[in-house]
Amino acid sequence: MALADMRSPIESGCPDGFQYMHPVMRRNFGLWKYHEHPRPGVLLHVAHSGDKIWTVKCGTQRILDTFTLRKLTEIGDKYADGYIHFTLRSNVEYMTDDESKVEPLIKAIEDAGFIVGGTANSVAMIAHTQGWLHCDIPGTDASGVVKSMMDELIDDFKNCNMPNRVHITTSCCQINCGGQGDIAINIQHTKPPKINHNLVGNICERPTVVARCPVAAIRPAMVDGKPSLEVDEKKCICCGACFPPCPPMQINHPEHSKLAIWVGGNHSNARSKPTFQRLVASGIPNNPPRWPEATAIVKEILKAYKEGAKDWERINDWIERIGWPKFFDVTGLPFTKYHIDNWRGSRNSLNASTHIRF
Amino acid sequence: MADKKHYDTPMLDELENGPWPSFISGIKHLRDDHENGTIRGVANSLLGQLEHSYETRKGYWKGGTISVYGYGGGIIPRFSEVGDQFVESKEFHTLRVQPPAGNYYTTDMLRQLSESWEKYGSGLITFHGQTGNIMFIGTTNENIQHFFDEVNEYGWDLGGAGPCVRTGMSCVGMARCEQSCCNEHAIHRHLMNNFTDDVHRPALPYKFKFKVSGCPNDCQNSIERSDFAIIGTWRDDMKVDQEEVKAFIAKKGRQYVIDNVTTRCPSDCMTLNDDDTLTIDNSNCVRCMHCLNVMNKALTPGDDRGVTILIGGKRTLKIGDLMGTVIIPFKKLDTMEDYEELVELAEEVIDFWAENGLEHERCGEMIERIGLVNFLEGIGIEVDLNMIAEPRQCSYIRMDGWNEEATKWFERKAEEASA
Repeated sequence: MALADMRSPIESGCPDGFQYMHPVMRRNFGLWKYHEHPRPGVLLHVAHSGDKIWTVKCGTQRILDTFTLRKLTEIGDKYADGYIHFTLRSNVEYMTDDESKVEPLIKAIEDAGFIVGGTANSVAMIAHTQGWLHCDIPGTDASGVVKSMMDELIDDFKNCNMPNRVHITTSCCQINCGGQGDIAINIQHTKPPKINHNLVGNICERPTVVARCPVAAIRPAMVDGKPSLEVDEKKCICCGACFPPCPPMQINHPEHSKLAIWVGGNHSNARSKPTFQRLVASGIPNNPPRWPEATAIVKEILKAYKEGAKDWERINDWIERIGWPKFFDVTGLPFTKYHIDNWRGSRNSLNASTHIRF
Repeated sequence: MADKKHYDTPMLDELENGPWPSFISGIKHLRDDHENGTIRGVANSLLGQLEHSYETRKGYWKGGTISVYGYGGGIIPRFSEVGDQFVESKEFHTLRVQPPAGNYYTTDMLRQLSESWEKYGSGLITFHGQTGNIMFIGTTNENIQHFFDEVNEYGWDLGGAGPCVRTGMSCVGMARCEQSCCNEHAIHRHLMNNFTDDVHRPALPYKFKFKVSGCPNDCQNSIERSDFAIIGTWRDDMKVDQEEVKAFIAKKGRQYVIDNVTTRCPSDCMTLNDDDTLTIDNSNCVRCMHCLNVMNKALTPGDDRGVTILIGGKRTLKIGDLMGTVIIPFKKLDTMEDYEELVELAEEVIDFWAENGLEHERCGEMIERIGLVNFLEGIGIEVDLNMIAEPRQCSYIRMDGWNEEATKWFERKAEEASA
């Protein structure tokens, strides 16, 4: 296409959502009074006006093909007045102000192969990233891990049997695009990058790569007469930060890129202040297509949480109350030197007291 | 012409078992049944490459630099490193499209977007990526422009990718939540649409994200995941419907309320009275939301609502995880002027960071490097006790400006008292 034929973009930015909002939501915007939870997967919101709206939450495969998306829209046309809301965790929410449509809607969703649930104290849909399907730096797949885990956790999605909600996330590298979670399953590399010195000089902006390293382990070097980069492998923390700006510094390895599990990330300010997730397990094989080892540990943690936590305790609240030694005891996970933080500010994570449970 | 032979996908086939909906079945559906031969071919090729990834446990996509005419970002370019084996998906770029604030759609609009995407892309879409965009996954160099031109004509614009202001996110909020204390919609759109230039033309040190949550439950994870978090809150007394309190106790029991409400208050500001009413020491309430979550019919946010703004949240790279820090403890958002001030604050923050941030340094990392006080002076905000968890513990600081600073404090206090 010639430049002259190019069309200038309309920089409209973020569109107005009101045009896509269910009329009952539009009418009662900012005027809701309370909500109830009639059954797992269903919410009832009541407005000051007396208007009511039922929401049915529906889990999907997230990577939607247009056939599946059309199927979801057809359900929306038939039972939810032609409106759909997507949640942060990529669930579909259907809304209706007609209570008699709720049961048929649930049936239609389930008949079409989707899953109703994910509300309140359930295990919510796992938030995930792109993985091997589309990312340029992934250590593992995302959709496949999540599909495998949700197959096993489906009853905890469909029912509300947990002490409080459980948000699980997965990430295919340590950048952690999946975000903080009550349980996070993330890639953890265990070996330094393998460098293709033939390519570095041409592909990578070397000063940028040097600056990207969190521990200053990378320096410019001439290797076999070619400008390249070298890594001080004693300093290297195998984080993979150099890989995105310099693809010839391959960090992913079929054997040495492992999965690690972190717990207790909580975004909410309810009860305690927000918390970051903490390492509990690592060295888990990156084992497609079903990743059974990772799922087994997640289930073990969920089982201990379900048995041990009080109502309304998120995983971080529960561990805060019982203490980390008890957590490792009830989950049976090994405690190693790698659990002890040594990054900046790490002394704050040490026990500087005699508060010890015997 | 007959379709190419399907790649064998024994590992991916395993992901068609089990009760959860399978993305593999969806891609196969496109491969086997779509009327558009290009889509069938791309789906087959994509499955072939993905199976290859599963077998070798490695990814094979590489980035690049592609955008649409007039923009510098918004596209995630993907070229296959094994494109000679999987030809139809060798160019497989994603378009990031900004959703409406709150992620609402009509089914008609979803179908219209699907149709456009089937004309120009792979037929795979995600609602939404972790930054908050609609992800139209998989198209060629050429079709990026065609797809964008088509959807841009009916109201959709690209989101951010690269070192730029990124697509914003906000919760369901006032549209369907009684806890919401701010108009997430208005905040989201005022901010995002003021920065369209910074969204489309990456020229900042690194990414900059806005997220809006209607209340401190922070369903958008804004403190941990955004550079600029706007969270609804209130500063007068929470509202207590004592009849509903009694009804709740009648239903759940006093023990339940003691165990799950009053004793779980982080600042110990609730008393359950002998007559089954609640007394709340609002001056000591930290607006954590727990009691409102448990007793949402009986307890509701107060009427004097506004937002708290925290700046500098981010994940690991490069210096480790950072949460946002309170910069504005409370701001009313009632009038157009209030919204303009919010936008001005965001401009102030982004300008200061754009000038002082290092390459690839998030705003929070810059604050960590230069110290909060230098940041505050840079954006013209006075210190506030709500910005800190506790005062300085280390004596290593030069304090010869103490008297002037103390005088400033008392003057500010006097001004506030007379206002």
